[in-house]
Amino acid sequence: MNVRLYVWQRATAAVMAPLVMLHIAVIFYATRHDMSAADILGRTRGSIAWAAFYGLFVLAVSIHASIGVRNVLSEWTPLNERRVDACAVFFGLVLVVLGLRAVAAVVLP
Amino acid sequence: MTTELAVSLWRGAEQGRYETYRVPQRSSQTVLDVVTFVQRHIDPTLSYRFACRVGVCGSCAMTVNGKPRWTCRTHVAKVAGNGKLEIGPLENLPVIKDLTTDMQPFFEKWQQAKGVFAPTQTRHDAIAQIKPDTPARKAADAAIECINCGVCYAACDTVRWNGDYLGPAALTRAWTLVNDERDGGNIARLQAIAGAGGCHACHSHQSCHELCPQALNPTAAIAGLKRRTAAAYLKGEIKI
Repeated sequence: MNVRLYVWQRATAAVMAPLVMLHIAVIFYATRHDMSAADILGRTRGSIAWAAFYGLFVLAVSIHASIGVRNVLSEWTPLNERRVDACAVFFGLVLVVLGLRAVAAVVLP
Repeated sequence: MTTELAVSLWRGAEQGRYETYRVPQRSSQTVLDVVTFVQRHIDPTLSYRFACRVGVCGSCAMTVNGKPRWTCRTHVAKVAGNGKLEIGPLENLPVIKDLTTDMQPFFEKWQQAKGVFAPTQTRHDAIAQIKPDTPARKAADAAIECINCGVCYAACDTVRWNGDYLGPAALTRAWTLVNDERDGGNIARLQAIAGAGGCHACHSHQSCHELCPQALNPTAAIAGLKRRTAAAYLKGEIKI
């Protein structure tokens, strides 16, 4: 971990903190109002706001988690720095792809 | 109260074993007293390091029943309730022989962390007027009592995992100098501690704080360095 990764990890954590709170609030709202999958998709499909909200969430999580995984690999495995970086980037890209695919499934009309 | 202690001492270098000695138990006995008894009365080939015997020089730190401690100020009664002591060399440092470690990596990291005062004035200038109650001076004063004993370095999990990590003592020294308004080496110092083995490697486990014989708080100092290096990085004062 160097200062650049530290700043990125802290910055993405700061971005995620309010998003997590809102995400939890959304879950409570949906369950409290007995919303079906169709109800939820009816609100999210075509919504630029929900696409931006969860798109930003996915990007922040991907950066944050891949830096964390990089630290774990660096401290707990014999991999050299280049391989650790490659694994972390790959892990981050997997999260981006899976996450944005999930976002697309609920916001694309 | 038992009248005799069962004392296991590390014998050998990196490869070695614990050997057990019987040492008379006395009141107000320190762990260093026990080690000295073995060397003076049982086996004169035992190697260990000490100097002042009063908690000032930082020479006599060893691993006592699994934890690093300054042995001259650690009472046997505090750490050997069952009459047993296991004393080994400090962790995370190469063992020279028996209880003596090579402190060179520890002090080299002080150099790497730019733990040397960088003066901004000469002897021809007037003596700097330092107000003792400013936040920066209080932060500098907080860690100035470090005796370089290596207990924090031996206690640190991150040092164990990452051989490049500078460690709590070197970083605490850096924090003292970062807050010293007379010092002019801060950009180079922040640059030196912002890399892979620098302050951001710390996991804040706080073993250094828990076991520091001087009751210093290296974790807090390192947290301060994390903030200061991040600010310097965002301002473009240091590069990675």
